[in-house]
Amino acid sequence: MKAKRKGISYAKYGYLFVIPFVVVYLIFSLYPTLYTALLGFTDSMGLGNIRWDFLKDDPFKNFSAVFSNKTFMTSIYNTVTIWLMNFIPQLTLSLILTAWFTSPRCKIRGQGLFKVLFYMPNIITAATVAILFNALFGYPVGPVNDMIKALGGETFDFAKDKEWSRLTVAFIQFWMWYGNSTIVFISGVLGINPEIFEAAEIDGANGTQTFFRITLPNIKTIMLYSLITSLIGGLNMYDIPKVMRNGGPDNSTITASIFIYNQGFSGRYNYALAAAASMVIFVVVAICSITIFYLMRDKDEIAQRKAEKAALKAWKKKNKEAAK
Amino acid sequence: MAAPTGIVGRKRTSTGMLIVMYTVCIFLALLSIFPFLVMIVNSTRSTVEIQAHAISLVPSKYLFDNIDILTSKDMFVPWRGFLNSGIISIGSTVLSLYFSTLTAFAVVAYRWKLRNAFYGFIIAVMMLPAQVSGIGFVQFMYQIDMVNSLLPLIIPAIAAPGTVFFMRQFMLASLPMEILQSARVDGAGEFRTFNQIVLPIMKPALATQAIFGFVGSWNQLFMPQVLLTDKTKYTMPIMISLLRGDIYKVEFGAIYAGCLLTAVPLIIVYLILSKYIIAGVALGGVKG
Repeated sequence: MKAKRKGISYAKYGYLFVIPFVVVYLIFSLYPTLYTALLGFTDSMGLGNIRWDFLKDDPFKNFSAVFSNKTFMTSIYNTVTIWLMNFIPQLTLSLILTAWFTSPRCKIRGQGLFKVLFYMPNIITAATVAILFNALFGYPVGPVNDMIKALGGETFDFAKDKEWSRLTVAFIQFWMWYGNSTIVFISGVLGINPEIFEAAEIDGANGTQTFFRITLPNIKTIMLYSLITSLIGGLNMYDIPKVMRNGGPDNSTITASIFIYNQGFSGRYNYALAAAASMVIFVVVAICSITIFYLMRDKDEIAQRKAEKAALKAWKKKNKEAAK
Repeated sequence: MAAPTGIVGRKRTSTGMLIVMYTVCIFLALLSIFPFLVMIVNSTRSTVEIQAHAISLVPSKYLFDNIDILTSKDMFVPWRGFLNSGIISIGSTVLSLYFSTLTAFAVVAYRWKLRNAFYGFIIAVMMLPAQVSGIGFVQFMYQIDMVNSLLPLIIPAIAAPGTVFFMRQFMLASLPMEILQSARVDGAGEFRTFNQIVLPIMKPALATQAIFGFVGSWNQLFMPQVLLTDKTKYTMPIMISLLRGDIYKVEFGAIYAGCLLTAVPLIIVYLILSKYIIAGVALGGVKG
């Protein structure tokens, strides 16, 4: 800061203004996180019971109980399966829509309206969406079964079928989030320097080449960002499977968060076990984020190294030719 | 340079491809509308009508009867749900906007020793989901006897790393430091400068974050469900989640009416603010 008059330092205001944030963060975020980690090593249990003791003979009892818990393993499997069934189609569709909406070769009319409608499901309370879809897929009476009947099929009890339950939950997640990804990707593409596209066009690149060679590499960071947020959101998926299917049928839609809820906030109120499971999820989230960052960065570096090598080669070749 | 420059004749998309594009887009648009359309129509039809034909595009006249059935069970009390959700959402949004902007201001406008360390910390914890510390949080609330209070769902909003990040990005781009200098010359205190000069400049960013903060808080289910066990404290999403319980099992009309009561206000607000919301979503991606 120029024009700093002598004797007056404004640094103290920096500290002063972050005090509310720091205090609230320490009390309501950091402390509960550390406390959760701590509770994983205790025998904390029972609704509202705030007294607990550290486990004496086997401090890791809760953690081994989590890993040997079949339902927990099922919940991890479900979380990953449902997330993949949602994310892969979501990414594919969003990229296709992005390519269409940003194509210089055609202007799709009503883009604004399409974006508004694609995004709409995202704004509605997930609990409401879950109840609504439960009614839509109702049996024996429900709009979807009505349509099946009208088309001459047999009515089907979706709520009793494991695969269909997973599929419906994944579909709802997809339905709620593809609009978000599409809008984010489009804004990413619009942020690319138009000169790059012009250069590609002059070089005679066709639409597909431009998309894969220019558009995609340029929105890689944004795709990475959306991958990470979706993964973290997926690992914390709770509202839809909980409200729509209550984790069932036969634990087919139980997710990690529902497992934690069922252990810690119902039945025996086993806070200690739920805390241990939370910490496992915490570590998984951290590992996933770091791994994705690492993988993407590595690829970037590899590409850069390749480019450098190629440049060096070309330069050597040129030198050789010049020497001749 | 949008117009063809004549260097290369720009190939237009074929008519066939255009038909595919519009078909897919219109199909997706209908997919977004259809569930809500069924909801609106069915909320006006009696359970008997729905049992005969679960799908219909013709509204009936039983909307108020359905709402009566819905509210007669003493579980679903719309005004109370709206009130509780409103208090939590407005309270947490106002707190998170004000203090996140103040925190961002501290990071942008002042040079202090721990500034970079502090900002690095914000980036690091931004992605951490609150759910993983839920057990410790709830135990802590039992200890200080704050269960069944709305405050634990409001106060933590003061420390919202994601909002601080967003505010900082906006501030870097649109807050001229010269203004602060001249305010100092005029003898305004730093705190007053923040309230009377910085906050008004941040209006566009505040509006965007207000929408997302409010909607995010309004839709929240996990924490309220765990903390609020007293019926009089139930939020709207908690009440909605009860519609799957046994007492509403065959009351199809009432279930659709319940969805209607919670979804329609959001849809209306969304359609009014959609321009800003879409722009806000797009902005969210650019920061990545």
